[in-house]
Amino acid sequence: MLRSTLKAFAILGGLLAIAPAPARAAGEAIAIPDTRFSFDGIFGTYDRASAQRGFQVYKEVCSACHSMRLLSYRNLRELGLTEQQVAAIAAQFTVTDGPNDEGQMFERSGRPSDRFRRPFPNQQAARAANNGAYPVDLSVITKARLGGADYIFALLTGYQDPPAGVTMMDGMNYNRYFPGHQIAMAAPLNPDQVEYADGTPATVEQMARDVTTFLAWAAEPELEQRRAMGVKVILFLTILGGLAYAVKRKVWADVH
Amino acid sequence: MAIGLHNSDFKNPVVRWIDQRMPIFTMMQKEYGTFPTPRNFNYFWNFGALAMVNLMIMIATGIFLAMHYTPHTAYAFDSVERIMRDVNFGWLIRYVHMNGASMFFIVVFIHIWRGMYYGSYKAPRELLWMLGVVIFLLMMATAFMGYVLPWGQMSFWGATVITNLFSAFPVVGDWIVALLWGGFSVDNPTLNRFFSLHYLMPFVIVGVVFLHVVALHITGSNNPLGVEPKGPQDTLPFHPYYTAKDSFGLVIYFIVFASLVFFVPNMLGHPDNYIPADPLVTPAHIVPEWYFLPFYAILRAVPDKLGGVLLMFGSIAVLFVLPWLDSSPVRSMRFRPIARISFLLWTVCFFVLMYCGAMPAEEPYVTVSRIATAYYFAYFLVILPLLGRLERPLPLPESIARAVLGGGPLPAGAAAKPMEKA
Amino acid sequence: MVGMADSGGAAATDGTPRRDFLNLVTASFAAVGVGAVAWPFIASMQPARDVLALASTEVDLAPIAEGQAVTVMWRGKPVFVRHRSAAEVTAAREVPISQLPDPAPDQARVQKDQWLVVLGVCTHLGCVPLGQKPTDARGDYGGWFCPCHGSHYDTAGRIRKGPAPRNLEVPQYAFTSDTKIRIG
Repeated sequence: MLRSTLKAFAILGGLLAIAPAPARAAGEAIAIPDTRFSFDGIFGTYDRASAQRGFQVYKEVCSACHSMRLLSYRNLRELGLTEQQVAAIAAQFTVTDGPNDEGQMFERSGRPSDRFRRPFPNQQAARAANNGAYPVDLSVITKARLGGADYIFALLTGYQDPPAGVTMMDGMNYNRYFPGHQIAMAAPLNPDQVEYADGTPATVEQMARDVTTFLAWAAEPELEQRRAMGVKVILFLTILGGLAYAVKRKVWADVH
Repeated sequence: MAIGLHNSDFKNPVVRWIDQRMPIFTMMQKEYGTFPTPRNFNYFWNFGALAMVNLMIMIATGIFLAMHYTPHTAYAFDSVERIMRDVNFGWLIRYVHMNGASMFFIVVFIHIWRGMYYGSYKAPRELLWMLGVVIFLLMMATAFMGYVLPWGQMSFWGATVITNLFSAFPVVGDWIVALLWGGFSVDNPTLNRFFSLHYLMPFVIVGVVFLHVVALHITGSNNPLGVEPKGPQDTLPFHPYYTAKDSFGLVIYFIVFASLVFFVPNMLGHPDNYIPADPLVTPAHIVPEWYFLPFYAILRAVPDKLGGVLLMFGSIAVLFVLPWLDSSPVRSMRFRPIARISFLLWTVCFFVLMYCGAMPAEEPYVTVSRIATAYYFAYFLVILPLLGRLERPLPLPESIARAVLGGGPLPAGAAAKPMEKA
Repeated sequence: MVGMADSGGAAATDGTPRRDFLNLVTASFAAVGVGAVAWPFIASMQPARDVLALASTEVDLAPIAEGQAVTVMWRGKPVFVRHRSAAEVTAAREVPISQLPDPAPDQARVQKDQWLVVLGVCTHLGCVPLGQKPTDARGDYGGWFCPCHGSHYDTAGRIRKGPAPRNLEVPQYAFTSDTKIRIG
């Protein structure tokens, strides 16, 4: 009886383990290479310097087209910037506020509590300025794509000339990792496109890694706290489980 | 003893005072303290209590999420992300709620599977079983509507596809769909009513769970042997034996739950639901949440719209009549060699359907889905009714105590030491 | 529920107190766990980070003539900014501190003599006192009058008469220039 029940458990467990896999595997069959990031694994944390450089890449390159409407400048404090630095960054942008006492909207310089400035007022304007393609919001992009950060990094570094025999549609660019390989966004990163304050050479790969780290942080700012708490919770539960098992053994000792 | 007061056995004066006027302590003592419970439960019998805990977790986290959520198409997505970013521990509460739904289905699937394997649905527990199926249906409806609330792409298109199922019904179909939508498509009125119902239904579930437990405590629990307890030697008081065992199981369940929440919170979800809903763009590949996949595969296995919908609903509805389809007097599959293999094969089919449901609607998945669907129904409608007549069950043990404690010749299958030693 | 509520209490029912060490430790552990679970829920009801971040408002003082007052919103509450006349300042400073229900010198409540900045929330039960518009009743002491339960405030926003226990609260603010303040 024990044997058969255990067997049933094993079958059930095994099937449960593989069951969710197909839900994620479905779709495009382009293999995304696994990239090592500072935030991989249970004890991984965001490389702050890299994420700060990544913000610079976003600010100077991506933000021309891509919004990050869920983030505020104050969030940058979590990347290790000081209050003054955040205030200075926010002040570089003008935001529309109002209405004032005369009922007029007015412009003022940004404050840390303001959301990241959006390059376009709405989706239609964004499409109109980009040949009909919509530059997606990047706030949660690593959560919103199969492959997450690996995919973003692969996409940013995956531009190449179309292979022989592939006809590109007008205005499209060839990317190894984009589903269908034809992407409206031109290769966004070029060597030395930004100048890092800390002297890190701005290669395409470096910039892609930095901006991916920044985007991963933006999508899951709670990640470090979550994992740290998780380790403690699991440890606690393991001890509690041992105790509960001991109690159970003791209670049942007189039955058999 | 004043007239009209309940005769309470409790010593503590406060407890006694309350108990005399409203004997909830006596009731708790009877139903969860001394309640005679078969002594041979294995760990499959933990899952009812786990489901109860899971329901409480869902309600608690849900109430706190509702304090921050905005049920409006323009704000729903952002308000959920605000919970994740700005609300203190909002990410924790939301991930617990989100993964709690998956945990709930894992627990309930195992709970149902246990009922099917050990014949818990058979007389006199038919009503207990049917109430369970009602809970399962309510859970599915609640889960579906909850999944719509974040208003991501999968929320929107899942809602569109599932509500459109009802349009398959002749005459009243379109009327029902309009009733669900409150408009001409899935839109703000739909989101609002789904939020309202999503908040309501868990409390309906609590009510049905109460009935489920009431029915359980009339018939008493089934057990792995499927042999009714014949006397005190066959049972143990629920407390401390099964409270201790359930507590241990509960901690194991929490460990699995915590692993999901803290380390892979989005593993069971779909990335597309982090893209805000866009009524103009359908995702390349729509899949429901994993726990709906088997039923989704049954839907897609049928080339006819109405037929698919009916078969999908039928796959659950057939559970209602299961107690009458299975005509064998023997409950536990331990003593039904052929039925046991048939049922394990049914279990495999369930997972095959789950797999096919996640795959695109193309070959070979369509054919595989059809075969698995055919077996899914054949098991209930053909195999079980026939086996009741044709199968020769193994000899049953005389009593639980005899099977558990040994002594005298026992049937081979029941002779092994019970699970409790593990 | 079933398991959790009863875990560790294995000894209590039959009347014999078998509260041995193992049960006690297990029960304590479980209790700590339950307590730790309660905290995130309570914390989630505290102001969220975006709410805390929106906590500053700028006011331009230049258009406010002497004797006039403006009301601005700060953290969802009205803030009274009054340009006091010399007579009002004098009135506020002549009162002996000892006669006040909530003693505080006028000097401690303002940064510049003529500018009084207070939260427009009665310290009794949270109504907004009258006295901002020239036509409003300003109470017996020329400041503000709360119509809900009849509290009178003076020209320094101090409670003088009525049920309110404390003076109108002075929010944290700073002059960013001669004619501008930032509240919060």
